[in-house]
Amino acid sequence: MTAAPDHTPILQRPSIRVRMEPWLPVLLVPVLVLLGFVSIANPSSWLTLTVSGLAMGMMIFVIASGMTLVFGLMDVINFGHGAFISFGAFVGVSVLIALSALTGAPSLMLNLLALLAAVIAAMAVTGAIGWGFERVIVRPVYGAHLKQILVTMGGLIVAEQMIHVIWGPKEIFIARPEMLKGSITLFGATLEKYRLVAVGFGALVFIAMRLVLRRTKIGLIVRAGVENREMVQALGYRIRRVFVGVFIAGSALAGLGGIMWALYQELITAHMGNEIMILVFIVVIIGGLGSVEGAFIGALLVGLLQNYVAYLEPKAALISNIGLMVAILMWRPQGMSPVIKV
Amino acid sequence: MSEPMLRLEGVRTDIAQYHILHGVDLDVPQGQVTMLLGRNGAGKTTTLRTVMGLWKPRAGRIMLAGRNIAGQDPAAIAQAGVALVPENMGIFANLTVEENMILAAVSGPIDPARLDWLFTVFPPLKTFWKNPAGNLSGGQKQMLATARAMVEERRLYLIDEPSKGLAPAIVSTLARALRDLKAKGATILMVEQNFKLARALGDQAAVMDDGRIVWAGPMATLAGDAGLQERLMGLSMEGHA
Ligand SMILES: Nc1ncnc2c1ncn2[C@@H]1O[C@H](COP(=O)(O)OP(=O)(O)OP(=O)(O)O)[C@@H](O)[C@H]1O
Ligand SMILES: [Mg+2]
Repeated sequence: MTAAPDHTPILQRPSIRVRMEPWLPVLLVPVLVLLGFVSIANPSSWLTLTVSGLAMGMMIFVIASGMTLVFGLMDVINFGHGAFISFGAFVGVSVLIALSALTGAPSLMLNLLALLAAVIAAMAVTGAIGWGFERVIVRPVYGAHLKQILVTMGGLIVAEQMIHVIWGPKEIFIARPEMLKGSITLFGATLEKYRLVAVGFGALVFIAMRLVLRRTKIGLIVRAGVENREMVQALGYRIRRVFVGVFIAGSALAGLGGIMWALYQELITAHMGNEIMILVFIVVIIGGLGSVEGAFIGALLVGLLQNYVAYLEPKAALISNIGLMVAILMWRPQGMSPVIKV
Repeated sequence: MSEPMLRLEGVRTDIAQYHILHGVDLDVPQGQVTMLLGRNGAGKTTTLRTVMGLWKPRAGRIMLAGRNIAGQDPAAIAQAGVALVPENMGIFANLTVEENMILAAVSGPIDPARLDWLFTVFPPLKTFWKNPAGNLSGGQKQMLATARAMVEERRLYLIDEPSKGLAPAIVSTLARALRDLKAKGATILMVEQNFKLARALGDQAAVMDDGRIVWAGPMATLAGDAGLQERLMGLSMEGHA
């Protein structure tokens, strides 16, 4: 072969349709909100339910985000994820009770300070437990799904029993910090202050995660690793370390979700984590395994639907979410924002 | 001749329970392009993957610049200076072209001069810099996979069948880029079925069959001997060359 003919490769941009397709699922959220508006037919109830649904969705997202990354990155199904929720709740609530002087004070600053301490404690403890959980329970069962399910469920049971041992078998009631009690009225709708805070806080977590995943090298490594672990290693990154880091972060996020949920319900039990996990699994599946964006949209859908249906037809709330999962999987069998895998 | 950049001695690799490489001996001289040839299933990809550490050899030594890297994990081998363009390209479809390149530059930000060069040899990368790599055409993906390996200087480039399934125009773009890389003094071990391309780029040739190297020598010798080609690869390239 001598002088190659100077063909310039064809530079064709992908069509609008192809480029828009990943964004279609985002539209489902306003569509659902609109459907809620139409079927509830009472604007103030609708607003209350929407805020409550968004708050619930944000908390589920915080919990699901770590789970979906762990699954996407290392193909590990962690049925023990719920344990971190419960632990986070108990640790955070213990801190809040110990700081009751701050939470009871009529000062937003002091209240938030107490909350911050509770959040840090909950995340630190669940992060540390996550580190141990990965080493002792998950590491020996890489690549074996059935064993993962059994072993991580075992871990969950042990964790719940440990909570009983440390905090006793009874549920614990927890009052919200003074300035987050009560509600505000907007357009005639009663909106609990705490739910508004939860929505804002959840949105912050999502934005922060997105920034980390999009703007930092470690975020790129995680996203690339979800797609093709082998190639990430071949580029020179030690994926194991990244995975341990993601597992710890995911556990800490579940702990954060736990304390948020505790204040939402104002009541905690050892098996609360496990109860939430049903919704978390639905969110991880419909979002697309390994997709943080998908989990976010999925969590909002699940939270909203749960609240709307609970109002319209209380018995159908959980069923409706399972129905949502079936419908979405029929539309996109890999979930809403599937991560292309090799 | 100085010590080769890469030397394989009696490398045996198993995949699951199958013995795939039965003792591969191969020298890849520094600053040259060595073409690994052979029929489908001969073990070429397995050889490259074994060098990269993606398969662990059961026996044998893999000397990179005089140091045995056999059995190390791929990240360590990459850090020792080996870059791979895998057979399936291994691009990250969910990441943009830019993000793929940033990841490939392991030692820090991409060197602007190097990037300019890559944009010159692979213009589509510049055009689609901010687009998801999954939206690229097959040829553009191959360019990205190759550019990713070339984004920083490496001791050894392993390139697995870059021309596979590509239109002639794209193949010549790739050939030009690889010739450029070679002109920078790079050491390349490349698998190539397209004998025309192999012959245009290769300094050395090694022919594999059934998990062994059955012939190795200067590319000129192989290219000039149609009988040898036919005997080694069951091909007669004269008519096509
Ligand atoms: N993951 C695997 N599991 C089992 N066998 C494999 C695997 N990968 C490769 N092999 C076998 O190893 C042998 C060598 O394969 P290899 O991919 O190295 O060949 P190759 O020379 O690269 O072929 P080609 O020209 O088709 O790319 C083949 O017989 C193949 O079937
Ligand atoms: Mg091959």
